[in-house]
Amino acid sequence: MTGIVGLDEITGGGLPKGRPTLICGGTGCGKTLFSIEFIVHGAMLYGEPGVFMSFEEKAEELVLNVASLGYNLNQLQHDKLIRLDHVRIERSEIEETGEYDLDGLFIRLGHAIDSIGAKRVVLDTIENLFSGLLDQGILRAELRRLFEWLKAKKVTTIITGEKGDGTLTRQGLEEYISDCVILLDHRVANQISTRLLRIVKYRGSVHGTNEYPFLIDQSGISVLPVTSLTLTHNVTSERISSGIPSLDKMLEGKGFFRGSSILVSGTAGTGKTSIAASFAHEACNQKERCIYFAFEESPQQIIRNMRSIGFDMQQHIDNGLLRFHASRPTLNGLEMHLVSIHKLIEEFDPQLVILDPITNLITVGTVSEVKSMLIRLIDFLQSMQITVMFTALSLNTIVSEQTDEGVSSLVDAWLLVRDIESNGERNRGMYVMKSRGMKHSNQVREFVITDEGLHLVDVFLSPDGVLTGSAREAQQLQEATGKALRDYAVNRKDREIERKRLVLESKIASLKEEFESVQDELNKAYVEEELRKDVLEKNREQLIKSRHNEQ
Amino acid sequence: METKEEIWELRLYVAGKTAKSVTALANLKRYCEEHLKGKYIIEVIDLLVQPQLAEGDQILAIPTLVKKVPEPIRKIIGDLSNEEKVLVGLNIRPAKK
Repeated sequence: MTGIVGLDEITGGGLPKGRPTLICGGTGCGKTLFSIEFIVHGAMLYGEPGVFMSFEEKAEELVLNVASLGYNLNQLQHDKLIRLDHVRIERSEIEETGEYDLDGLFIRLGHAIDSIGAKRVVLDTIENLFSGLLDQGILRAELRRLFEWLKAKKVTTIITGEKGDGTLTRQGLEEYISDCVILLDHRVANQISTRLLRIVKYRGSVHGTNEYPFLIDQSGISVLPVTSLTLTHNVTSERISSGIPSLDKMLEGKGFFRGSSILVSGTAGTGKTSIAASFAHEACNQKERCIYFAFEESPQQIIRNMRSIGFDMQQHIDNGLLRFHASRPTLNGLEMHLVSIHKLIEEFDPQLVILDPITNLITVGTVSEVKSMLIRLIDFLQSMQITVMFTALSLNTIVSEQTDEGVSSLVDAWLLVRDIESNGERNRGMYVMKSRGMKHSNQVREFVITDEGLHLVDVFLSPDGVLTGSAREAQQLQEATGKALRDYAVNRKDREIERKRLVLESKIASLKEEFESVQDELNKAYVEEELRKDVLEKNREQLIKSRHNEQ
Repeated sequence: METKEEIWELRLYVAGKTAKSVTALANLKRYCEEHLKGKYIIEVIDLLVQPQLAEGDQILAIPTLVKKVPEPIRKIIGDLSNEEKVLVGLNIRPAKK
């Protein structure tokens, strides 16, 4: 085990024990630091004392150089865990006559190893011998013997070598050390330097063969095994709110899946950062931890800006739930960004990560590089069940279906915020382009930023198209007016009907009376007729009677 | 002549009685007898016996002859088979001659 962050993972368990390893690379690529870390970690973490034999720097210089990493070599030397040995070769002092061998070095190294019971040895940079001694034949033979001897002593050895033209090392050391060769590289592309590590060869081990970026910072070297990730992470169906209730409603009313990746894209000034901040704010309100990587604005700027729409981010920072990490993309290479993001995430252990915006990363890499970095980042975050939100700037509205990084196919959910320009004003429209694993709304909503936060408002569909902003408000007014008018109209009609009813009812009453009077008239005639008939009848009987009596 | 008063302090580092060491010591003694009779001290250090001394004089190769006095310090490595070079190295015979 090397104890160097990430390296043990790539090599599948560290460097070959009891065998020599060659570390080669150009000037300033971190060979010495690498080997120092190997020794120091060995002494401090694994209880394996180590000998550092330097052919370049003096012991005092080494102590000073690594003091900045927090290693106290003097103390370690005092505790007999480390032994620094500086071998000085002064060409001008040395005269060669006849046969010789390097037994002096052997004895010296052997003595150093035995005096502290070392398990680890570093020879940095042994090639300096070649400049000090002329007889290359002897030197090569002796080096071969040295490595055999180190193997026989069962110490794990690191030999560093300067990179040569066309070969891994200037003096072809790789010919002697065939167990493990690690190449360090320091590459500058687009004025951004990236440190890369590659295992050229490692006998008897399954190792990653890719180039792995590594980072040298306050805590030493860390290597990132970025491509060893597979698509086997667990998923959860837990949901988390986006902080915008009306947006949650579009996502089945529950919000995003935990551990999913969300892309918010849109043109400039559409409120991407506000959405991201709202998400972070909500997460912090739920007592979750969140890291906000800002590539454009400073933390203070974001905090100030978000306060204007009702989000107090400062309280979350004070509570230790939120952390901002602002850096310019050009600060270092893409891989470095990835490494530093990894480091921060492992340190802070958040549930939510926000990158705002990823589009700026394009300035330090090509599209495919950015894409591959984001793939690895998403994989990494998903394997840790961390939700991630990216914001991306799309350069114009015409190609809004495609973000510049081509990450749209990678993410689980994609919100698109776009300008809708009509009637002399710009309004924000938002819709959910995709959201894996849920029945999301297909509606375009109007996205309104107010003093109290963010809201989505239903847009109005009219014969002229989608209405937003003041057009929507006008439409709303118009509809309200229409309703009032309609209500009024209905009232009027009601009253008219009532009136008509009254008129008709009165008509019916008068007709009834008329009918009654006619009936009376008729009845009267009829009664008179009856009476007359009676009287006539009586009269006739009277007559008949009287006639009979008279007879 | 001051130089004649000087004593040549010579240290020969060896590792055991190897053929090279023996040759070197024999050669050295011969040169000294020839050129520095009575003005030299030879100290033979066997690193197998005293390995801690290797660090002090920055010894890498065996055998190494170190001339401590007179200044400057010079190291001559090898079995000292080339007399010319040894004498130049020891500042016994001026290089120009």
